[in-house]
Amino acid sequence: MSPRGLTRRAGVRGLLSDTLVIAERNLIRLPRAPELLLAFTVQPIMFLLLFRYVFGGAIATPGLAYVQFLIPGIIVQNIAFGGFVTALGLNEDVHKGLIDRFRSLPMARAAVLAGRTFSDIVTNTLSLVILLITGIIIGFSFNADVAHVIAGILLLLLFGYAFSWVFAFVGLIASTPESANSVAFIAIFPLTFISSAFVPVASMPAPLQDFARINPFTLTVNALRSLWLGLPAGNYVWGAVAWTIGITAVFAPLAVSRYRKQARS
Amino acid sequence: MTSSDAPAITVRGLVKSFGEVKALAGVDLDVARGTILGLLGPNGAGKTTFVRVLTTLLRADGGTATVLGLDVVEDAAELREQIGLAGQYAAVDENLYGIENLVMVGRLYGMTRSEARARGNELLAAFDLEDAAKRTVKTYSGGMRRRLDLAAALVAKPPVLFLDEPTTGLDPRSRLSMWEVIENLVSEGTTVLLTTQYLEEADRLAETIVVIDHGLIIAEGTSDELKDRVGGERLEVRLEDGASFEDAVRALEPMAEDLPVCDGGLVTMNVRQRHGTIVEAVRRLSDAGVEVDDLALRRPTLDDVFLTLTGHAAEEPVGDEDEDRKVVV
Repeated sequence: MSPRGLTRRAGVRGLLSDTLVIAERNLIRLPRAPELLLAFTVQPIMFLLLFRYVFGGAIATPGLAYVQFLIPGIIVQNIAFGGFVTALGLNEDVHKGLIDRFRSLPMARAAVLAGRTFSDIVTNTLSLVILLITGIIIGFSFNADVAHVIAGILLLLLFGYAFSWVFAFVGLIASTPESANSVAFIAIFPLTFISSAFVPVASMPAPLQDFARINPFTLTVNALRSLWLGLPAGNYVWGAVAWTIGITAVFAPLAVSRYRKQARS
Repeated sequence: MTSSDAPAITVRGLVKSFGEVKALAGVDLDVARGTILGLLGPNGAGKTTFVRVLTTLLRADGGTATVLGLDVVEDAAELREQIGLAGQYAAVDENLYGIENLVMVGRLYGMTRSEARARGNELLAAFDLEDAAKRTVKTYSGGMRRRLDLAAALVAKPPVLFLDEPTTGLDPRSRLSMWEVIENLVSEGTTVLLTTQYLEEADRLAETIVVIDHGLIIAEGTSDELKDRVGGERLEVRLEDGASFEDAVRALEPMAEDLPVCDGGLVTMNVRQRHGTIVEAVRRLSDAGVEVDDLALRRPTLDDVFLTLTGHAAEEPVGDEDEDRKVVV
């Protein structure tokens, strides 16, 4: 028996193709995991309907119908949580020995994390489409040209990608998938509410308002509203982009270094 | 690359500590090409750490290790193309089908999708997993998972294979079929380093057995050589009721290496040589008029070897396994 004499693939091409292999592996499991698929489809739709029809009537949004106000907010919240699959998946991989298998293969080292976060972009796109369609059915409409709508979608996907790295880090440090889930939930869920996602910031007590104004969720939601609804943009888009870059710049290196250490201990 | 008669694996002075615990305390080892070396030791002996260093998963604190002439640190990337690893944790993705697991691994080795699929189907057939090819691994039995795990390690036909406790936790039938698979591999020229805490497994599979305890090699040799170290053959004579121990001992003493031991009608002793021992024992006992119920020559088992070498039994856990993992038995 002899080795296959496989030629080592060049660095970047190897990284790309390995990343795609890992991303594909993450994605083919989805249709077979009904609970995950529900998290991507039914759950956000349920949230959307509850806010629109239960809370919506009690929330005043001057100058905007609540459904117009709500859709950008709920989509941002949802996209930020899209990365939880990364937390769960990485945590499983670490504890079930798959990371060891990957590390013993002649594959690009970075591909495991890159493939994970890349597959989040695909699932985030899926849930974005589902929420938009549902939103349009219950009365949402764009008030912008195609370029601005697309810019909004790109901003959303970038924002979601930044949070994928947060979740990657959480997944690597957590001792069980359950704790990864709850750490992520406890850390991020309140953030999404102390923002302009569901209610106008002006309706909050003063200290919360101060916090809400610098909250990345507020900036991103406001940026999306300005892009999709033709509202004055202010510095929201740049603020949102800055947050996105900042979060990625902090959590991607944290996750990568944690991944390296994990595999080495 | 080294010449073809050089050892497949060469290890010198390998040291690795986890905090206060010395997992490897200076290990030297050679594995000849095309052979199985069995690394035998209890939980926590350092077996898994040793495999992890050799498969580039873990960096040693000191010493050198090469596989096919490739250094585990300097040439890690090339080395990974030459090895396969299958472990006690059955590292396959349980959300994927059997075939999808193999295709994924094949593509990560750099095969095209169709190459990987062809190789995957070949392996599934060889490992009796064809019927389960399109089922998620979640539905597999423990034995099926291990076979798939091993198949994943073999996708790229690596010349050197590391098997970390490949049958731990398997039922006897699955274990037997795993052994057959491993034997076939070696007959085709693969070099295998296998860790095990089962003496029976090392005895059956490994040409060379290395006994490791507390991170140190405490014995090395073929199964027979190790057994000889414990003392050659053991003669056991069960006397008829009423027969005289003293007569029996007196009759057998000239054959014994040490003083025969009597215990409730059973006389046991180490004998100098195997050849003709039974015939001679029967003759001497009958000449002395001692009536014998049963008489047997027993080779020491590897259990005896382990007990003699380490002072504790092999399968008795003496502490946590490396890297805070517990063995599921």
